[in-house]
Amino acid sequence: MFLTFIHSAIRFSTTFLFGSTGETITERAGHLNLGIPGIMCLGAVGGCIGESLYLKGITDYAQINGFAAVIIGILFAMIFAGAGGLIYAFLTITLRSNQNVSGLAMTTFGVGLTNFLIPQVNKTGFYYISVCFTNYAPGADKAGWFSELFLTYGCLVYVAIVLAILVAGLIKRSKTGLSLRAVGENPAAADAAGINVIRYKYVACVLGAAIAGLGGLFFIFDYLGGNWEYTIESLGWLSIALVIFSVWRPNIGIAGSIFFGALFILPAYVTVGFAYNELIKMIPYLVTIIVLIATSLLNKKETQPPASLGIPYFREER
Amino acid sequence: METNVTLEENKDIQNENLEQEKQEVPAIELRGITKRFGEVLANNNVDLTLYNGEILAMLGENGSGKTTLMNMISGIYYPDEGNIYINGKEVQIRSPQDAFENHIGMIHQHFKLVDVFTAADNIILGDKMVKVDNRKVLNSYFSDYRGAISSAKEVRDAALAQGDAKRRSRIYAKYLVQRQRAYAKVALKTAIMPLLRFWERNKFNYLARGRAEAIEHYIKKFGFDIDLSKKIYDMSVSEKQTVEIIKVLYRGANILILDEPTAVLTPQEIKKLFAVLKKMRDDGKAIIIITHKLNEVMEISDRVSVLRKGEYIGTVKTSETNEKALTEMMVGKKVDLNIERKDPVNPKPRLIINNLTILNKEGRKAIDDASFTINGGEILGIAGIAGNGQKELLEGIAGLQKVESGEIIFHNPKENRPVTFFHNDISQIRTKAAMGLFHYPDGTPVVLKGKSNGEIKKLVNNEQILYYEDEIIDLRDKKPREIQELGIKLSFVPEDRLNMGLVGNMSIVDNMLLRSYRKGKTIFVNRKKPKNLADNIIDNLEVVTPSDQTPVRRLSGGNVQKVLVGREISSSPKVLMAAYPVRGLDINSSYLIYNLLNEQKAKNVAVVYVGEDLDVLLELCDRILVLCGGKITGIVDGKTAKKDEIGLLMTKHVGKENDSTQENKEVEEVKEDGIKED
Repeated sequence: MFLTFIHSAIRFSTTFLFGSTGETITERAGHLNLGIPGIMCLGAVGGCIGESLYLKGITDYAQINGFAAVIIGILFAMIFAGAGGLIYAFLTITLRSNQNVSGLAMTTFGVGLTNFLIPQVNKTGFYYISVCFTNYAPGADKAGWFSELFLTYGCLVYVAIVLAILVAGLIKRSKTGLSLRAVGENPAAADAAGINVIRYKYVACVLGAAIAGLGGLFFIFDYLGGNWEYTIESLGWLSIALVIFSVWRPNIGIAGSIFFGALFILPAYVTVGFAYNELIKMIPYLVTIIVLIATSLLNKKETQPPASLGIPYFREER
Repeated sequence: METNVTLEENKDIQNENLEQEKQEVPAIELRGITKRFGEVLANNNVDLTLYNGEILAMLGENGSGKTTLMNMISGIYYPDEGNIYINGKEVQIRSPQDAFENHIGMIHQHFKLVDVFTAADNIILGDKMVKVDNRKVLNSYFSDYRGAISSAKEVRDAALAQGDAKRRSRIYAKYLVQRQRAYAKVALKTAIMPLLRFWERNKFNYLARGRAEAIEHYIKKFGFDIDLSKKIYDMSVSEKQTVEIIKVLYRGANILILDEPTAVLTPQEIKKLFAVLKKMRDDGKAIIIITHKLNEVMEISDRVSVLRKGEYIGTVKTSETNEKALTEMMVGKKVDLNIERKDPVNPKPRLIINNLTILNKEGRKAIDDASFTINGGEILGIAGIAGNGQKELLEGIAGLQKVESGEIIFHNPKENRPVTFFHNDISQIRTKAAMGLFHYPDGTPVVLKGKSNGEIKKLVNNEQILYYEDEIIDLRDKKPREIQELGIKLSFVPEDRLNMGLVGNMSIVDNMLLRSYRKGKTIFVNRKKPKNLADNIIDNLEVVTPSDQTPVRRLSGGNVQKVLVGREISSSPKVLMAAYPVRGLDINSSYLIYNLLNEQKAKNVAVVYVGEDLDVLLELCDRILVLCGGKITGIVDGKTAKKDEIGLLMTKHVGKENDSTQENKEVEEVKEDGIKED
């Protein structure tokens, strides 16, 4: 019972681990992308479109190549979400419009476009595609608790965790990460040091959005098993909360996402009544507020958000 | 450049040899540079020449376009017209990266450093790793392969030359193994090459030994004093500046531009900086330094270039000019550098400070048991090395700092003035009347007992109730806003001018409005008065701005300061505290400010002036209070005091001798130098 609980918490957490890793990259470049919920929707719909195109060329579901199906899903999700990120980047970097407003507009736009596109997509056969996403090594679920806890996930779960660790390492230790942090902290200083600020911001926004889009893909094809049951918008907001919870470090975000995931699915495992269910679902946001209070009280510069988060940069401005 | 050189040749025949030597190739040369910001012409047809191994001082009033010109050399701005030549070759500098590639480094007035990074991280920031040439890498791999194959082939050929079949086949097998290994080696290297290259670019320890050594090299060479692992937010201004200088040196700069480097430094730090600059000049670097302080220009520079209102005026040798001539070049007219000091008229105590103690953030005593009086109608100067409690003292009086112990008694000048409802309500007027504080215009005491509120209102509104004496208020109980409304104005000009007092994104008019909007009686703000005030300040203080609607942050530093000081003075204060009001201002504007302070003094305002320049303090102030380590080490008469006397008081530590004796010595040296020059 407990094992299954942890197992499904980890599985559920992958959605917003992707979201928060992507958002962290974007925020480290000084851009608060509140469009993440919409962009995750775009990623999901992109995955759906890609897979339906793939299925069109296939007559028998037995012919489905698992590897190809996953790669096509990832590619389409990243392209669609990245395109959403590009729109956001163009608005906030080149046109220097307000980031909060642009982000919220992206959410509305992404959710709306998804609601429009999803009914048009032919979803027959998505079950067989989702099997490719959830597949794990045969026999892993029968080889003891360790293997059941760690080896019985679909590939995207591992991708999410590896990506989070990789991004955390890059941000903390690499030259690129140093430049990225400088762009988010003080773009004028980065510019004076010869860093191409605009390019960094664009890459961070588009790449961040593309990674966040994988969260949508995972949710549809792995967690929901190919059925479009309900919108993933609320998970997008949770991703943004997770960025704050993880104090802009994706490696802390892994633990944070599992914690959030556990709280989110807790009502299904304990019988507390409907009213309390909603109360439990609220806890992640409450915890985020507590983390915000704690980091503010600590008053350490390292745990503060990037200093120029939300502020547009223009070199010839004084 | 042509005209420039002929001009110089005419001027100095003695130094002709030197001149010819220098005529070789200038390190940087600007020809006909023009830059506009909207309607403002920041630079108009400016020429400039800088040689290796010299320090050129850029001189000009606020808003004369010095910083703009330098920003065009360092790639922040791009010129509208004109050409830049480096070592005789024309270059395009479109970004800071281009500037680095041309070995130009600029140390900005507002440091461009990332606060949460260490010094070392800031120094290596943006430094491109050694670029990995793909073809070269591939070639090196294939040469490995080719080498292995050819050596294997040699073995094979040697074997084949032998007749013994058994031996031949054994050697041939050996050759096959060797070839296999060479193939495998190349295959492996090709496969992991992308990873290797990634590793090369993103060395997971970016402060590898080589980099640290490169930084240390510059630290030793020019005698810097810096802890590379210290975070920027823990650093003093001077340390930050050091990091900036090491940064541009590390990036290979030969041409260094320093924008007002001394504006925020203490005398000792300035001395250190100049020593470093001289070392760099002797090392053959070309240095441009922007400063307002003429004594510094005379001390450090080899030549001086002057800009006025965006126009290039000329270049002279420092050894052949003097401060007066430079001032005239800069201002364009003869300037009278004297401050008129009138005797204070009827000075009465306005603020009485008793045993005041204020703690700073770390809990140490920033102001230690200070007692003094500030009189109306006189200027009280506060002298002291920066950071000895000046800021805390003024902020304590203004209610912005918590006062630990002591009294701040304010004598609100009200004698024989009518009572108003402005600060008081009717119950307060009743209690004060009961205390016997009021009298009628004919001199009889006021008795309000038995009078209705309506009657009292009528009396007050008809100005029938007058004060007997000045109102005495302890400011410790008051909130900052109440203190301001009492007429105690603080025009504090901190290191960052926009942080305190003005809102950068708001226009000049709206910044005026900040002080007056509460006085309005309707829910709509009155914009007329602030607009008139803003226009007055722009006219009277010669603020250079496109319009009164321009956001304040777009103005140059000195003009921002004029707006701030102008606004505080305009509110008819009773006590005016001005801290470093002329910091960063050019001579003309400085004297405008001194005159404004003198006008306030004539209006019986108590003026407190915190200044750095002892000469100005001695010329301007009636009395000078000297702070050292938070203690008042003396209060001297401005007319009779001597500079060295104040200098001694500035370093006379009471109690804690040990940690500051070193500083004292240095300060005394600086001070003595100053006296000798006089």
